[in-house]
Amino acid sequence: MKVGLFIPCYINQLYPQVAIATLELLEKLGVDVYYPKGQTCCGQPLGNSGYEGDAKGSCQVFVENFKEYDYIVGPSGSCIYHVKKHFDIIEQTPEVVKVRNNAYELCEFIVKILGKTDLGASFPHKVGLHKSCHGLRGLHLGSCSERMDPPFSTEEDLLNNVKGLELMSLTRKDECCGFGGTFSVFEEAISVKMGKDRIQDHLDNNVEVITGADHSCLMHLEGLINRNKQPLRVMHIAEILNSSI
Amino acid sequence: MSHAEKATIFNKNEAKVNWHDKALWYVREKRDNAAHGVKEWEYLRDLASAIKANVLSDLDTYLVEFEANALKNGIKIHWASDAEEHNAIIGKILDDNKAEKVVKSKSMLTEECHLNPYLEAKGIEVVDTDLGEYIVQIAKETPSHIVLPAIHKTKEEVDELFQEHLGTKPSNGNPEYLTNEARKHLRGKFLKADVAITGVNFAIADTGGFVVCTNEGNADMGSHLANVHIASMGIEKIIPKEAHLGIFLRLLARSATGQPITTYSSHFNKPAEGKEMHIVIVDNGRTEQLSREDFRASLHCIRCGACMNTCPIYRRSGGHSYDATIPGPIGSILSPGKDLTKHSSLPFASTLCGSCSNVCPVKINIHEQLYKWRQIIVKDIKQPMVKKSILKIAASVLAKPKIYDFAGKSARFMLKHAPRFMIYNKLNAWGKARELPEIKNENFDQWYKINRKK
Ligand code: SF4
Repeated sequence: MKVGLFIPCYINQLYPQVAIATLELLEKLGVDVYYPKGQTCCGQPLGNSGYEGDAKGSCQVFVENFKEYDYIVGPSGSCIYHVKKHFDIIEQTPEVVKVRNNAYELCEFIVKILGKTDLGASFPHKVGLHKSCHGLRGLHLGSCSERMDPPFSTEEDLLNNVKGLELMSLTRKDECCGFGGTFSVFEEAISVKMGKDRIQDHLDNNVEVITGADHSCLMHLEGLINRNKQPLRVMHIAEILNSSI
Repeated sequence: MSHAEKATIFNKNEAKVNWHDKALWYVREKRDNAAHGVKEWEYLRDLASAIKANVLSDLDTYLVEFEANALKNGIKIHWASDAEEHNAIIGKILDDNKAEKVVKSKSMLTEECHLNPYLEAKGIEVVDTDLGEYIVQIAKETPSHIVLPAIHKTKEEVDELFQEHLGTKPSNGNPEYLTNEARKHLRGKFLKADVAITGVNFAIADTGGFVVCTNEGNADMGSHLANVHIASMGIEKIIPKEAHLGIFLRLLARSATGQPITTYSSHFNKPAEGKEMHIVIVDNGRTEQLSREDFRASLHCIRCGACMNTCPIYRRSGGHSYDATIPGPIGSILSPGKDLTKHSSLPFASTLCGSCSNVCPVKINIHEQLYKWRQIIVKDIKQPMVKKSILKIAASVLAKPKIYDFAGKSARFMLKHAPRFMIYNKLNAWGKARELPEIKNENFDQWYKINRKK
């Protein structure tokens, strides 16, 4: 099984530690993982801003980079969702279809494809899970509070197996954090208010570390936490799953 | 003003935002609990959605069937292609009956058509009898929510309003007292009304009857006391069979307020002896929306308001920030179809979190339609130069890995080494309330080159 590691543009530039943790974790799990050169972006920011048509170039680059792999795995639910959901703007050649079908968010890949939930990690902290919307409602990484389906959560299955980790329950289990890509600047007031409210929920429930499978949401929350000097840390779920004492 | 600007103003009073958010979240949770009590909930949603899709695919036939059956029952049917015609038809019925006083139960359609100002200009007294609508009417405002029209007002504000308009005593916002006073006042209006106007929740093709849902019984009170009952309905209100009500009534009340059933689900089939019953069937842009394949499903809406209660943006920006008859997520996909320029900011008033589509009892893919409206808006409506050029440049950079690599490195260099005032200033909406990420010495590409050689 050949796996292509997809590192979203903002993680590559701003959060290399998340990319490193993802790579190391996959290697630890015995995956034959490659990092194709020349990755840019999945085109999500353009699509969500209404410029989907201009994103064709970046879609093509993406497919070109990953067409030879059995699976494409990335530590960002919303980017993977974009590949799966919105790459219909380019011609659906067999290569494009293959890439779209085989793109997986990291947690889902580990649980569904590798069939593992206990990764031998240990992280003795009180953790709050931020369930990012595109991963949750788009990729169905878990059941959503609005729907009356049987409850499950891919990320919780993984976190519950981390030694010493205490998963704190939140008052609003899956409310949006207000990042929303360009929404975060064009609707600044609401975006900030949503983020503050989400953070307060974690604080109220004694969380020490907020984690999640989408670092864009975490970047927004971290920006607020740092500005307001709140006693919370933000870590990508890959960093937690890759940690040991 | 754009949604973002109005939302910014609403957010100046954070305590009020918190209160508004909690009040609506409470309704959302009540809805969750009620829905959990129905094991076939998701199945009901599928059914309701399929029935609505069927209705829309054969709407003309169903409408004609409905008309024929209603006529047989002695109901008078009128067709209005737009708001103007709708108002004129109602004006004429009032003239024919020499009516001067009208009571009206909740109807978003009459709001959409601006019926009240039209009738008032004709010298007719119109009183909204739904308590929330009544509050909004005397405050000279518009509803901020389709089920809870006055949800933007605290009970203290209502107290003051009632003191001014009804002469009530200060009560510190005692809801029981205020409701009772309003009830007393409205009773007089009901007794004197010549005509009662109601909305329509469901119009049943195979019987020619219709159903109006209220929690206060005000539709019944009005229509039973007045000699003339006029019901206004959009063409999409049709359901094929009376048996389908079992699906829709169960979904509607639970989705709207978490009640197992609306307090009054009143069935109207024919006028009482010596009285008149009219139905005005209104298009007003609906056939145009029907013709837009991507947006057709927006006409499934049964106006339960659940998408507003769940929307994290609606809860924190208030209904008036949408500047449209129907606010919130559903309003944001309906309004651009009516006036793309005026409502062009609405599809962007969302993070596309998808919660609206998940709660919607008739399974409208609201967040996907928001995405689609965005694609249309940037093509058809002039965009601010800055936004456009930034995104265009981004597109060409992202399509070329080499330039991207360079742009990424130099941007990181700038962020790391530029003085704080250059980064955190008015132009940087991100940095107003948030820190930018701390910049590391190398990006992942550089790390990989050094640490992994494959
Ligand atoms: S769109 Fe759906 S959730 Fe929103 S008001 Fe209409 S029926 Fe209710």
